[in-house]
Amino acid sequence: MSSATATAPNYELIQQDGLDTGLLEVSMGPHHPSTHGVFRMDVKLDGETVVDLSPVFGYLHRNHEKLAENMSYLGSMPFTDRLDYFNSMTNNWAYALAAEKLVEIEVPERAEYLRVIMAELTRLVNHLSLVGFFVNDLGALGTPLLYAFREREKILDLFEQASGARMMCNYFRFGGLRNDVPEGWLDRAREVVDRFPVFLDEYEKLLCENEIILSRTQGVGNLSRDLAISAGITGPMLRASGERYDLRKVDRYGIYDRFQFRVPYSDGDVGDCYDRFIVRMLEMRESIGILKQALDGIEHGPVLGNAPKVFKPKPAEVYGRVEAPKGELGFYLIADGTPKPYRYRVRPPSLINLTVLRDMCLGQKVADAVIILGSIDIVLGEVDR
Amino acid sequence: MTTPNTSPGIDLDDTTRAELERAGVIVSKVDTLYNWARGGSVWPLTFGLACCAIEMIASATSRFDISRFGSEVFRPTPRQADLMIVSGTVTKKMAPQVVRIYNQMPEPKWVIAMGACAISGGPFKQGYNVLKGIDRYIPVDVYLPGCPPRPEAVLQSLNYLQEKIRTQDIQSDPAFTAGRRQYPVPEFTGTDLEPPYNPEVWQPPANPNAQPLEEATA
Repeated sequence: MSSATATAPNYELIQQDGLDTGLLEVSMGPHHPSTHGVFRMDVKLDGETVVDLSPVFGYLHRNHEKLAENMSYLGSMPFTDRLDYFNSMTNNWAYALAAEKLVEIEVPERAEYLRVIMAELTRLVNHLSLVGFFVNDLGALGTPLLYAFREREKILDLFEQASGARMMCNYFRFGGLRNDVPEGWLDRAREVVDRFPVFLDEYEKLLCENEIILSRTQGVGNLSRDLAISAGITGPMLRASGERYDLRKVDRYGIYDRFQFRVPYSDGDVGDCYDRFIVRMLEMRESIGILKQALDGIEHGPVLGNAPKVFKPKPAEVYGRVEAPKGELGFYLIADGTPKPYRYRVRPPSLINLTVLRDMCLGQKVADAVIILGSIDIVLGEVDR
Repeated sequence: MTTPNTSPGIDLDDTTRAELERAGVIVSKVDTLYNWARGGSVWPLTFGLACCAIEMIASATSRFDISRFGSEVFRPTPRQADLMIVSGTVTKKMAPQVVRIYNQMPEPKWVIAMGACAISGGPFKQGYNVLKGIDRYIPVDVYLPGCPPRPEAVLQSLNYLQEKIRTQDIQSDPAFTAGRRQYPVPEFTGTDLEPPYNPEVWQPPANPNAQPLEEATA
């Protein structure tokens, strides 16, 4: 912490007689309990008001793209787990989707259903944890997070039974899935899904109309629809700003066209922290609806299509994207005829959603900057890659 | 944890001890008492680096409940923490901050290197920006492998650490005798860390196939 004399652009210091005022520059992070990982915000403060903010990242830059360009296509599948480490299943799916565009592979029916089930369970895990951490940032230390993690464990058990790992599932393959789910898995999944609304009712009752949450989040961290669109914001953050855009409806990748579900969005032109919070709560309800339909519709069959033994695509450029819980996760691949990608690029929703942090934080209190960061829902593994 | 029992080093026969215990006196070494208390209240630092941090948090939640072992008090400030769980990939940009945080922790302090990345760089070892093990800069007490390790493994590593704490000797252990241990903070030069390792805590493994310098140049 050090006092700084530099003034932020378009900002005039309030000078009082006999008082030497100045801006305070605070470096929040990289070790800070509210930064959701190793992320640093250089905040300039006038009293408690944020007058300038610059995000500093790169503390978790693990060379994901460079490593992937030096290994086989399938070899980087486990690395995609570690991008956004809450949602390994959707990361796998986005990468598999891109690679499946390189070579024409048919994905079997059962695999498509299981992909949807896994992706929606992942969405539940992500939104649960996010809400837990978000409320944690608001000062409700512990309890909401413990509630969220209690439910998360039930879903992680399902992942573990299917793939063998709790977090880093590495479950998807080009043309399907690595293995079928074990005997009785679908019944257990249905049990978890059926019980989930009970928990969600309780959680909503505790949080959604909580007076502290309302007063701390409403009108805080406003993001207009125009700015959100021009900054390339996607996911729940964009929908909270009033734009109805969901890749599950736009692209209809996989078999999302078979399911009935609604896309929650805010009906104003400006989204605040509360909108972003409530959109995620509503999305969990819709995910349960999709899960119920998918669990009803799934039938027996193979789970791996006619994927080639040696994955060596012809020169091509592809972009595969899915609606990850945080936004549009895309993989851009350039194949040059060798078993390794010539270029491997990730479009991380966390990083691109983070670009509007400064716009949302200017003029807010420093304690609110923490909430605004929490409401963006970043994971540093994906921001820095 | 059991109650502090009598140290074998004290020359005290069983009848005397039994008599003393009847009178409400327990004879023990200060070491045993200190280590028992310390091992039962290890306060970890709230310090998440990457994926492993989520499993570290999970180990503190209701299902695994690290408070059964006395370590539920996660402190965000290094000045109140006893244990640093290096949970995740340490990049070259982050390594100086990790060492700096370690330096700020008061004695006695311990380190668990959680996950493959913190131990050796793990799956990202080939990366140009990844430190190949935090033990190059700070002494590590327990290595906890896995990618990421399960919360049960976190609890087991804590048990191992408690076992280690129970063997500490207050008279000779550097945690008690050497003052606050502080290690030089490496400098990130933009491409690499300077120095590449701290020779005080880590030496590169000897290569049995390496030829002496004179022969190689001759």
